[in-house]
Amino acid sequence: MAAPDSPVTQDELHALVDGELPADRLTAVSAWLATHPDDAALVAQWRGQAEAVRARYGAVADEPVPARFNVDRLAANGTQRPWRSIAAAVALALLAGGVGGWVAHSTSEASANPADVFTSEALGAHQLYIAEMRHPIEVRAHEQHLLPWLSRRVGTTLQAPDLSTFDLKLLGGRLLPGATGPAALMMYEGANGERYTIYCARRTAARAALSYSATNDTAAVRWMDSEFGYAVSGPANRERLLGIAEAVYDQLARPRTDAQQLISKRGS
Amino acid sequence: MAAFRHSIQEQIPALRRYARALTRDAELADDLVQDTLVRALRSEHLFHGGELRSWLYTILTNLNRNRLRSLARRPTLMAIDDNDAPDAAGPEAGARDIERALDSLVDDQRTALLLVVLEGMSYREVAEVQGVPIGTVMSRLARARAHIKGYLEGQRPVLRRVK
Repeated sequence: MAAPDSPVTQDELHALVDGELPADRLTAVSAWLATHPDDAALVAQWRGQAEAVRARYGAVADEPVPARFNVDRLAANGTQRPWRSIAAAVALALLAGGVGGWVAHSTSEASANPADVFTSEALGAHQLYIAEMRHPIEVRAHEQHLLPWLSRRVGTTLQAPDLSTFDLKLLGGRLLPGATGPAALMMYEGANGERYTIYCARRTAARAALSYSATNDTAAVRWMDSEFGYAVSGPANRERLLGIAEAVYDQLARPRTDAQQLISKRGS
Repeated sequence: MAAFRHSIQEQIPALRRYARALTRDAELADDLVQDTLVRALRSEHLFHGGELRSWLYTILTNLNRNRLRSLARRPTLMAIDDNDAPDAAGPEAGARDIERALDSLVDDQRTALLLVVLEGMSYREVAEVQGVPIGTVMSRLARARAHIKGYLEGQRPVLRRVK
């Protein structure tokens, strides 16, 4: 903690506005503001922003709650809910621009590094399907033909890694067209709704160790073994995603070439 | 079970407020809230005590992020500014300004800002909801505020001066 007479930091100014400033710094920060008009103006600006946000949206919480939000009713038939608006909006958005953009994206990168094309296909599939509420997958995890079916189509023996140590549960999978043939996508979900996917297809590039790449808030860890390529995609949290990808890598029983050492960092 | 449902029901007004500000679209916001509730009710067995409020906000935040990820693949459509904003005055114009300013933020920054200023969460709670360290929450907050300040101060006076 800062000494009572140490200079005031920007973080402390934010903390003051948000009621997070430790009591023993209140006097020092108030005194600072009295002699630093620029900082005082900044604090006033931030308070004004907060007031504007509350003035605009605060009253929503006072509106009567619509009948559709009765929890007993939702618990009783929530799963049969017609998932209209969001699913429909997502589907329309994808038809309008998403899939087109995705295809254009793939072809425009046709001359790019094949390993990167593989990653962007995996990320494209990830982003397309994690947004689905009702049909994120084609075949559910508990259906016994899931893995034999995907294995047969992709041409390898696929296992679904156990990611329960990461609080992730297998939802199921689907088959996709990949650049070099069928690709399998397995989707996992955590209790908080975050989704991860494992993408597997015949490899399109030279063997390669784990490589992390991120676009905005989504990231993928990709590697290529002797015959197949894999990409594990999820929210762009590097530590967690690498941990998950290594667990997948280990469980798929690939010869280990000290993955940790070979991980190369790539951002974009 | 009844207590669990009751606690969820109590959070609905605040969840609707948060979702409305997150999406700036009433219908979309209520759909997000409903999806959050359905998911929470379905996962009751996964909830091992702890802070129910944070958990619900975490689900809603993740659902919204999934939604935005799929929309991110659309070509970006910029609203054509009709230049009437500077003419309007009073709370109307202020409300529209803050709405547009929020709109112009990166999702993670908007989420952090709304959880703090609208939902009154502590930095620690926001860190939990966003799944990031407190330092990241603070830098998101700082960037959001700097961006909004620039947005409010930078654009409007220029237009105003034309009048």
